Amino acid sequence: MSDQSSVGKPVSRLEGRLKVTGAAKYAAEYDAPNLLYGYVINSTITKGKITSIDTSAATAVEGVVAVFSHENRPELPWLDIKYADMDAPPGTVFKPLYDNEIKYNGQPIALLVANDFETARYASTLVRFEYEEEFFETCLDNNLEKGRDAKKGIATLLKPPPPAPTGNFEKAFENSAVKHTAEYLHSTEHHNPMELFATTTVYEGNGKLTIFDKTQGTINNQLYVANAFGLSYKNVRVIAPFVGGTFGSGLRPQHQLFLCVMAALELKRNVRVTLDRKQMFTFGHRPQTYQKLRFSTDENGSITAMNHLAIGETSQFEDYAESVVTWSHKLYPAANTLLEYKLAPLDLPSPLDMRAPGGCTAMHAIECMMDELSYKLKMDPLELRLRNYSEIDPSTGKSFTSKELKQCYLKAAERFGWKDRNPEPGSMTRGNKLVGYGMATGIWDAYQFPSRIEAIITKEGKLIINNAVTDIGTGTFTVMTQVAADALGLPLEDVTFNYGDSQKPFSMFQGGSAIAASTASAIIIAARALKKKLLKKAKAISNSPLKAAAEDDVMFKNGTIRLKKDPMSVVSFQEIVASNNGRPVRTVNMGMPHAFKLRKYTKATHSAAFVEVEVDKELKTIAVTRAVSAVAAGKILNPKTARSQITGSMVWGISKALHEETILDEKLGKYINTNLAEYHIPVHADVNELDVIFADEPDELINEAGVKGVGEIGLVAMPAAIANAIFHATGKRINKLPVHFDELL
Amino acid sequence: MPIVKLNINQQTYELDVLPWVSLLDAIRERLLLTGTKKGCDHGQCGACTVICDDKRILSCMTLAVMKNGAAITTIEGIAEGDELHPLQKAFIEHDAFQCGYCTPGQICSAIGLLTEGKAKTREEVKELMSGNLCRCGANANIIDAIMEVKEGGSREQF
Repeated sequence: MSDQSSVGKPVSRLEGRLKVTGAAKYAAEYDAPNLLYGYVINSTITKGKITSIDTSAATAVEGVVAVFSHENRPELPWLDIKYADMDAPPGTVFKPLYDNEIKYNGQPIALLVANDFETARYASTLVRFEYEEEFFETCLDNNLEKGRDAKKGIATLLKPPPPAPTGNFEKAFENSAVKHTAEYLHSTEHHNPMELFATTTVYEGNGKLTIFDKTQGTINNQLYVANAFGLSYKNVRVIAPFVGGTFGSGLRPQHQLFLCVMAALELKRNVRVTLDRKQMFTFGHRPQTYQKLRFSTDENGSITAMNHLAIGETSQFEDYAESVVTWSHKLYPAANTLLEYKLAPLDLPSPLDMRAPGGCTAMHAIECMMDELSYKLKMDPLELRLRNYSEIDPSTGKSFTSKELKQCYLKAAERFGWKDRNPEPGSMTRGNKLVGYGMATGIWDAYQFPSRIEAIITKEGKLIINNAVTDIGTGTFTVMTQVAADALGLPLEDVTFNYGDSQKPFSMFQGGSAIAASTASAIIIAARALKKKLLKKAKAISNSPLKAAAEDDVMFKNGTIRLKKDPMSVVSFQEIVASNNGRPVRTVNMGMPHAFKLRKYTKATHSAAFVEVEVDKELKTIAVTRAVSAVAAGKILNPKTARSQITGSMVWGISKALHEETILDEKLGKYINTNLAEYHIPVHADVNELDVIFADEPDELINEAGVKGVGEIGLVAMPAAIANAIFHATGKRINKLPVHFDELL
Repeated sequence: MPIVKLNINQQTYELDVLPWVSLLDAIRERLLLTGTKKGCDHGQCGACTVICDDKRILSCMTLAVMKNGAAITTIEGIAEGDELHPLQKAFIEHDAFQCGYCTPGQICSAIGLLTEGKAKTREEVKELMSGNLCRCGANANIIDAIMEVKEGGSREQF
């Protein structure tokens, strides 16, 4: 490690200048000659069939080029597998414009293409559709009894079904000293990144396309386009260096990509399709989920039995499942468990992973349940967590690769001032405000995906790292440059990380908080191979001062290889490349999770959130006045960008608990608040003091980088901590999120 | 079609645009100044904020033809050559963005806010910046960056 090591330092984002000057280009911002604009037309009914389409008025408008619908779309593959992306749940994938069937309100049913955006938008309103409507079901509450087990498929690997029951739940619950039963619900949520979903397709001719797309996975979308349109992989290039937020919505190729590519291929023209904000509500969402929990403890607060039932909604065509009921037993030991997860299919679009999918749903219920138990036991809520603390994973008996949750609890409680809390609800006040303190625990998986890295030393002695991964605002570009610089002993400015391009070596989509671990580990592996190769070539140079050097004898520093014992014996990277006939020295390596070694361990990140709320005594308006989150997530590569991931997630927690919800009109079967004025997210005035602590959590086992990922964990504990604080302030338990202030009146 | 004369970032453009073209679409699609963002097209998110005759306006709620002869500054015109505006520096230093999509609007809006001079306290700055949404949750860092510039210019730590 060189003395200029950068991992662990709060390096500012390397693309910062591009983002603050407007030079960073997003998917809809690439120019192409004679560009056409596509506008998506959506179904206005919820279920049924299109019986006729009249495009005459639309095509009569000057500037309209084409209207694509199921009636005139090009011949497309009929096999579902051709449309299946890497994140497709079990079932039958949705195929845009496939036939006349309407499966959900807002379904894309046509694409109008015109010479300019305004004409496309206007003419799209002139296309007339006749429908035959059918009876539909969109309300989860009315359809809970339809809940059934989720189908299994490839996605089951990341989201395993609930474990088998242990002990005898009913008997143990019945006989326990303290018990509580409660139901929890949260509303539908839509990702709503600030950037609208958009694709610009450049038609290069000869079956070749360059696609600027909004995505979390350039290769995922490359494969999807090639398969669906019968193109060769090498002829489809998907580019996405700047992505204006996704939060899960870009894990799957969305319909604007399909429609844009279809139009480009048919018209042999460059085409752009951008969804409008209302249309951002016509694909994936966080599914409404009903939960019923029954937990019991002995008189000392040790948990004796846990029953967690969750019923989530899915579409009629795909079984989108989440890990909801798997968390309680990963956190708390109990001899008797009954964990059940069901899906109720409704006439809605398929749900889609949204930041901390399943985890933040589950932990809201579990950690509010723990708060209820603490009151029944007359025990401090933190004390109850510590009473049930487990150093191993109780659900499997395996050790954690590392678990510093206790450190999180204690450090955050200290920083927050938890000891000043009077447990009596409504007892703490500030002027005309009731003050409440609440806390909760967070847990999230620590995934790692395969990742392939190309590492090159150029004739200038600089390092180039190539990988297809995106940077959706997480800081990937900056952090991976830091990792690569340290791995080769170079200053940051001598490293170029090329990313966001499907032509670069393989990366999975950016999700699940997995990418920091996946890409950093692969870079470290590639750097090792590159160093070995560089040393070998350095030794081969005639009169090389490193001739007799073994790997352990040398150090890599500032673009040179030096003998540790004699730093004046040196060969520079430039000399090595020169001796290689000027050809850059290159390696390509795969980073893989250590599945065999890690089969005996559970991998997880943990957190503890402590929250203060103020509730107006008369109006009952609620504000989160301050919050402290302590996070244990292995090594923190860049405390500045990692902290932003956590504070960003904390804002998401405030949003989930108090603001955001998509409201469904069950009579119409459609979402009705499909705009940013009525779909509330926290504004600047809603965000107050947010404090982040990173626990010291070295993890030698988990991967080469010791990294676990911080994209989701900051959200998981927040909603329950806020709901618990509201109870402490007001004495009222509101188990449906978001909490509306009128429910406190 | 009407000819609209727009002075953008001290450069004059003459544009043939129909009356239904928003200032935002004229800037992004006709002039290819894509730093100004479209997040909602309904005046609900603030991503399209530009500075027009020294005032912050929502370019999506403005038709291009309404601004004939106006002087407009977009995010591309905020820096002086290579020298970033103090707010731009402060945004980088405070990590006041993640995905970067709301950033141009936040910066233009903050410049407008400082020019207005109404906001005296942090709370007032938060309130008067609340028309600019940030979905990444960089809110606190954005306000930190604005407060630093408001309270005495940028620090020189780059």
